[in-house]
Amino acid sequence: MNFLEWIKQPWPWYVAGPLIGLIVPLLLLIGNKAFGISSSLRHVCAACLPANIPFFKYDWKKEIWNLFFVGGIIIGAVLVTQFFSNPNPIELNPKLAADLQAHGISNFRGMVPTELFSWNSLLTVKGIIMIVIGGFLVGFGTRYAGGCTSGHAIMGLSNLQLPSLIATISFMVGGFIVANLIMPILLKL
Amino acid sequence: MNTNTIESVKEKKHHEFLSENTDFEVRSMDTMCVNESELRHPVWHNLKYMAAGILFGVILIKAEVVSWFRIQEMFRLQSFHMYGVIGSAIAVGALSVFLIKKFKIKTMYGEPIEFISKKFNKGNIIGGLIFGFGWAITGACPGPLFALIGNGATVIIVTLFSAIAGTWVYGYFREKLPH
Repeated sequence: MNFLEWIKQPWPWYVAGPLIGLIVPLLLLIGNKAFGISSSLRHVCAACLPANIPFFKYDWKKEIWNLFFVGGIIIGAVLVTQFFSNPNPIELNPKLAADLQAHGISNFRGMVPTELFSWNSLLTVKGIIMIVIGGFLVGFGTRYAGGCTSGHAIMGLSNLQLPSLIATISFMVGGFIVANLIMPILLKL
Repeated sequence: MNTNTIESVKEKKHHEFLSENTDFEVRSMDTMCVNESELRHPVWHNLKYMAAGILFGVILIKAEVVSWFRIQEMFRLQSFHMYGVIGSAIAVGALSVFLIKKFKIKTMYGEPIEFISKKFNKGNIIGGLIFGFGWAITGACPGPLFALIGNGATVIIVTLFSAIAGTWVYGYFREKLPH
């Protein structure tokens, strides 16, 4: 296997997880910043449409580092995708693959199933629920909870915060309910 | 005034700033990101956070953490992958935080690193559940939303705008929601 083929392989959890964990001290050391992504959504609200809402009346420019950080995520994703993305379909648990195929989802090449997440499916019932309403729940829920997977699950738990543990358990419970009970109904739509 | 007094006055001012700044108080309830640095740098200094973001974006894609399929596997308990990623990230993060606290490690500018405790409120549960619903549907939390757009799933731009709208609607109804 040559180097290019090797680097195109997906990374196992024991490589990716510790690297993600190292972003916590990295951000602390380079500028005293706590790892977190969802605040960026709030800063966009504060910058673009504060509408005199107290929650958005703060000096978002002081938090601009967060917008640079999420901008970096987009750039990093573009770089990987252009130069060393995995050419093969994702290796899924055969049970899940069979179940999805039974619901007409058979393209496992991308990060998202194109049958559900594409501009063509945007104006279908499924598309509106998954692309539009799903996104709304993410944005509303994460702010209501005070953080997302990075802010609560990784940064908060790294700092041994009980509220973050409670939030993380709630994330998982919510996800288990939808993935096991609601998703089968959604896929039939 | 000798240096010590100046220092203590500075410190006192900083504490007053922390306690009187209601903006800070609002933020501390809602975000982990409450560290206040009094250092002011030119805007280009933020490029180092962009570099950190690039690293994070690369990992998110290479580990398939942003994959809708991997998230379904996780919530159906059909794969260990996501649990391994999140679990080992927390382990390394927690060890780092422990070491920073124990050895009082400072930032590259010599500032002490501050950790601020989060206070529990009902939103952690209610909002957490709502976020979990959205996470399972879209297969993405906020970080992956950005990564997916970079990955070429351009329709996720709509999901990102929806998430921003969700954040805005939360801000609008915030006072009326149970906390």
